[in-house]
Amino acid sequence: MLNRRQFTRLAAALAAGLVALPTLAADPVRVAFIDPLSGPFASVGTYGLHQFQFTAEEINKAGGVLGGRKLEVIGFDNKVSPKESLIQLKRVIGDGIQFIVQGNSSGVAHALIDAVTKQDERNPDHRVLYLNYSAVDPALTNEDCSYWHFRFDANADMKMNALTDVIATNKNMKRIYIIGQDYSFGKAVAAAAVRDLASKRPDIQIVGNELHPIGKVKDFSPYIAKIKAAGAQAVITGNWGADMLNLAKAAQDAGLEIPFYTYYAAGNGITKAIGTGGIGKVRLVSEGTMNPPLTKAWSDEMKRFKAKYPDEDWTQPRVSNTLHMLALAINKAGSTEPAKVAAALEGMHYTALWGDKVTMRASDHQLQMPVRIQVQTNKGIEFDLDNSGLGLLNEETVSAENASTPTTCKMKRP
Amino acid sequence: MLELTVFSLLNGLVYGLLLFMLSAGLTLIFSMMGVLNFAHAGLYMLGAYFAYSISTKVGFWPGLVVAPVLVGVVGALIERYGLRNVHRYGHVAELIFTFGIAFLIEETVQLVWGKQTMDYHGPAMLDFPLFALWGIEFPAYKAFMLAISIGIFIALLVVLTRTRVGLIIQAAISHPNQVAMLGHNVPLVFTGVFGFGSALAGLAGVIAGPELGTSPGMASVLGSIVFVVIVVGGLGSLWGAFLASLLIGMLQTFAVAVDYSLNDLFAAIGIPPDKTGALSDLYSATLAQIGPILPYLLMVVILIFRPTGLLGKREV
Repeated sequence: MLNRRQFTRLAAALAAGLVALPTLAADPVRVAFIDPLSGPFASVGTYGLHQFQFTAEEINKAGGVLGGRKLEVIGFDNKVSPKESLIQLKRVIGDGIQFIVQGNSSGVAHALIDAVTKQDERNPDHRVLYLNYSAVDPALTNEDCSYWHFRFDANADMKMNALTDVIATNKNMKRIYIIGQDYSFGKAVAAAAVRDLASKRPDIQIVGNELHPIGKVKDFSPYIAKIKAAGAQAVITGNWGADMLNLAKAAQDAGLEIPFYTYYAAGNGITKAIGTGGIGKVRLVSEGTMNPPLTKAWSDEMKRFKAKYPDEDWTQPRVSNTLHMLALAINKAGSTEPAKVAAALEGMHYTALWGDKVTMRASDHQLQMPVRIQVQTNKGIEFDLDNSGLGLLNEETVSAENASTPTTCKMKRP
Repeated sequence: MLELTVFSLLNGLVYGLLLFMLSAGLTLIFSMMGVLNFAHAGLYMLGAYFAYSISTKVGFWPGLVVAPVLVGVVGALIERYGLRNVHRYGHVAELIFTFGIAFLIEETVQLVWGKQTMDYHGPAMLDFPLFALWGIEFPAYKAFMLAISIGIFIALLVVLTRTRVGLIIQAAISHPNQVAMLGHNVPLVFTGVFGFGSALAGLAGVIAGPELGTSPGMASVLGSIVFVVIVVGGLGSLWGAFLASLLIGMLQTFAVAVDYSLNDLFAAIGIPPDKTGALSDLYSATLAQIGPILPYLLMVVILIFRPTGLLGKREV
């Protein structure tokens, strides 16, 4: 039998072995999800996290990356605050995580792109790669572009270009109201709308161009009264999360039944709040498609997601592109070293699950992709939203070439 | 312009009276016990969540009655087993205690119900437009909110000025020792007032939840503004709270409707607008954009020129 000393030694050896084990090849590739998991935008953030974690599981089921390492997405709550985001970024870097994904709020994105660029230039040994799946302020891939930032969503200019194309075809449209959240994204949407409408339909009058505090307004009735008083025939808004939900609710309450051209008026309870009153009236510009799903692979994936999260919807198809392209880039680079992965991502071609061919443009790191206009309806809906029987039907697809906008980015390469 | 004015007036009234229901309890508690209850907005949130849970089981109407009672009981328990013990260590301890309770409520709500916005909505029978003016509809539910809050205000006034209980409460506010000498149970009155104030906050939550959204952030949104209301109205004054609530409700609603900026003011008096200077952003911000800070601006002005508030008797 072992004496006491031998036993202690054996135990110590075993313990050392246990501690050493997790650093072997099976170590997962961690991705930090820095987005709101509490506060007024908690639901958008939480659903986004679920979509990321679900996609990671799908990739892991298919074999993971680098010959068997798994992807793991970890949530970090930033409360949509740039300040909190930077604190979380420090944690992420301290933990040795090499990839961050963020999407909600371009205000946060501006803070992160700045911090990540500084980090990567000053500390080549502890670099992080910033994958932006939803913050669409055009500046992020134009004057403020960075080599360490990649955007997987169409930017606000690309989206507005598509939206205004649709508006321009309506000859009776004469008076439009623009309302948005008071920060970089809301301002970018308003500027793009004014610019695009002026060039495509100079006869359309902008009867209101309004910015409201982000996440603070609970009752939009005063704004709805103002829209009505301005005699608007349609509303353009980039509102998202609770701000879109409450705007839609107030419009329904006041019986404001005019078309809404939106960026994010679907899912997260919004479709349900708008209800049947929005059929044929609420339009949304987005990158993916739910109805029709276009491919069996995408349809099956959405069904599996619904089976796992019955109360949620796959509202952000771009999440799938983001993580799949990251996995491809890691495999192509044969490493998780951010500089190598970034080089692999530049110019990468990828076919989305729903069949779209997309390309990561090297000059500004803006993903080039088809953009779609979808309309809220209850007919021809295979995948509804908010379990309401209502959903988004694809109305028009703008090809990647036509959706593309030029860039002023002067990329600084390492 | 007229339609905008009328609807801003109506919306301001709804919002202002909602603020009043919250601030009435807060100001009563303060005037009686000298406690600034930071947990008050938390109790308002609890009201909404309780009512939501009840409404998923038995509908909206039972929740309207039961949820405020439950919140009142929670409030009474907080006073009886928490605040009363902390009381002897002075006001700072009480303040910190209620502050802690506020956090506790918020975290508990997130633990129990999660961080998502709850799908809490008003009763189907009130889901219709009450009337339409110039093509804008006024929902019946908002009228219902108005009716409830006005009813509460009248009931409060009657109870405080016309009943025996009200007499004792008023006496206990100014002369607690003398009231105790006369054989009244002052600690019980305190517990009762705290519980009742909490129930009022709970009721505000019950009726505001469907309209303003039931989420863990709902307490912090109204929490600070309620303090503004009672400071502006005068700490401890019910009429003051009523006036200040309406004032701030109107202020915020009307600010939204006004698109004028300082530049427009300059233009009106003949100064060319400054478009490039360091302060140009400030000059071009419209009243609609700075609306949310107006109540705080008002509070600062009131504190400078009338520290007792509009109708208050003691300095803040």
